[in-house]
Amino acid sequence: MNAIVIKNLSKNFKDLVVLDGISLDVPQGTMLALLGPNGAGKTTTIKILSTLLRPDSGQVFVGGFDVAQKPEGVRGLIGLTGQYAAVDELLNGRENLQMMGQLYHLPKDLIKQRTEALLNQFDLVDAANRSVKTYSGGMRRRLDLALSLIATPPIIFLDEPTTGLDPRSRLLMWNIIKDLLKSGVTILLTTQYLEEADNLANKIAVLDKGKIIAQGTPKELKSRVGTERIEVIIEQKSDFKKAAQLITGDDLRQNAEERSISISTDGSVKEVKRILDILNQAGIEIDAMSVRTPTLDDVFLHFTGKGAE
Amino acid sequence: MNNNNIYYIFSDTIVLITRSLKHIFKNLDQLLALTIQPVMFMLLFGYVFGGAINTGGVSYINFLVAGILVQMSAFGATTTSLSIAMDLRRGIIDRFKSLPMASSTVLFGHVVADLVRNFLSAIIMIIVALIMGFRPEASFTDWLLITGILLLFTFALSWLSAIMGLVAKSVEAVQWLGFFIVFPLTFASAAFVPTQSMPSLLRAFAENQPVTHVIEAIRALMIGLPTGEHVWLSVVWCVAITIVCIPVASFLFRRHSI
Repeated sequence: MNAIVIKNLSKNFKDLVVLDGISLDVPQGTMLALLGPNGAGKTTTIKILSTLLRPDSGQVFVGGFDVAQKPEGVRGLIGLTGQYAAVDELLNGRENLQMMGQLYHLPKDLIKQRTEALLNQFDLVDAANRSVKTYSGGMRRRLDLALSLIATPPIIFLDEPTTGLDPRSRLLMWNIIKDLLKSGVTILLTTQYLEEADNLANKIAVLDKGKIIAQGTPKELKSRVGTERIEVIIEQKSDFKKAAQLITGDDLRQNAEERSISISTDGSVKEVKRILDILNQAGIEIDAMSVRTPTLDDVFLHFTGKGAE
Repeated sequence: MNNNNIYYIFSDTIVLITRSLKHIFKNLDQLLALTIQPVMFMLLFGYVFGGAINTGGVSYINFLVAGILVQMSAFGATTTSLSIAMDLRRGIIDRFKSLPMASSTVLFGHVVADLVRNFLSAIIMIIVALIMGFRPEASFTDWLLITGILLLFTFALSWLSAIMGLVAKSVEAVQWLGFFIVFPLTFASAAFVPTQSMPSLLRAFAENQPVTHVIEAIRALMIGLPTGEHVWLSVVWCVAITIVCIPVASFLFRRHSI
């Protein structure tokens, strides 16, 4: 049973094609990550799913309701957490939660109970009576997510929930999202970070200029992109050409301007040693060497031949 | 959770009015700014310019209070556009629209907050005016009528202001838009000087625009002069502005969504 079904969805803003016929299914109780750079159409997709925008063509069902025909049905089932933390700055955390409960038309007792439970769950008890103006970025995001959960919606949209957060807040947010998924809800998350999609989602769809260019489990995608990359930066520009001829490997990439050469690898010591040996024998010095997990850029380079713009 | 249910529209309105009212008291800086500026104007005109302005028999401070009060209300009414632009930019309106609620009631919440804020500012203003030597002769019924006209005027301008908040591209633009509309309407009026002293073209405008009718009506009621046609013309203008602006604002609010 699919909680979200998107069939051939297109959306234009005047002459600009934002979504160009995308199709996606999200089975109930799973998480799909929509991965893409700024301007790929992620937020537009979320806006259409949450009934804020009308699709130009194609069909979109959320919880069995057609978003264009029965938006009020959809609104009763979803929780939306936007890119910018949409919280009321002047009210305090508790007042924000209570107001949302009232706007969802929940009974008074339930509002009280849910408010306290969410403040606890999201580590906001101490800040509950403080005006949101005084909150840190991480606290705002957590409150923002808490607001969308007040009515325990079965379907949740998270639009770049960790963009701009520091590493600690990001980790905290990830744990919260993981717990959420365990509770059985369906989640559609958008992100610019491959690492985030990999960490959280059951399935990843890569969005580029309004089109889905790849789709699969994190494992499938990574096996296509390569699990890790070895990258070396050559010290002297004059050595670059020589080094570029000597180093071989899968999915070889060279950038003369940055003097960088990278290959896809399994991340083993043997591979690292092989590259270093080649350079050592040729007497080529390096500036830096790194073994790193693939980024969104690598995914895009792999599927489109260009980096994420 | 049917959002067309009358009961829910009513309860959503109450929730959002409560929200906007809380904003007034959690943003006392704004309330003070909206009150202090007209008080400064009153001091400036009352003590600096007033002596040079001939108001024909009426003391200048008695003449001035109505104009200051109306100008203050007009500027106060632009708070709605600011609040709406802020809600739009912060994504609060998007959030409300994704809920099973009557989301356009958020506009009404801000408009009602303007009414309350203006009412509070007006009381402070009148107290300062009394200290400065303002001696009204209005009866209790006159005061009720003055309050009614002032609130109706605020209500009308707040809806106009809601439209500006919905069409403006940024919060800064909203501030300028408000200034460009309110400034000429209140200064090219009978607020600070009798219109008889103006050049004929300006005078024709000043005497027939709604702000002047509101000012003249309130002034006449305050100091016991004949109100002439100003009271009913004020009411007609305000009601007309409201009737035009509410549907336009609601349309603009729904424009982008389903």
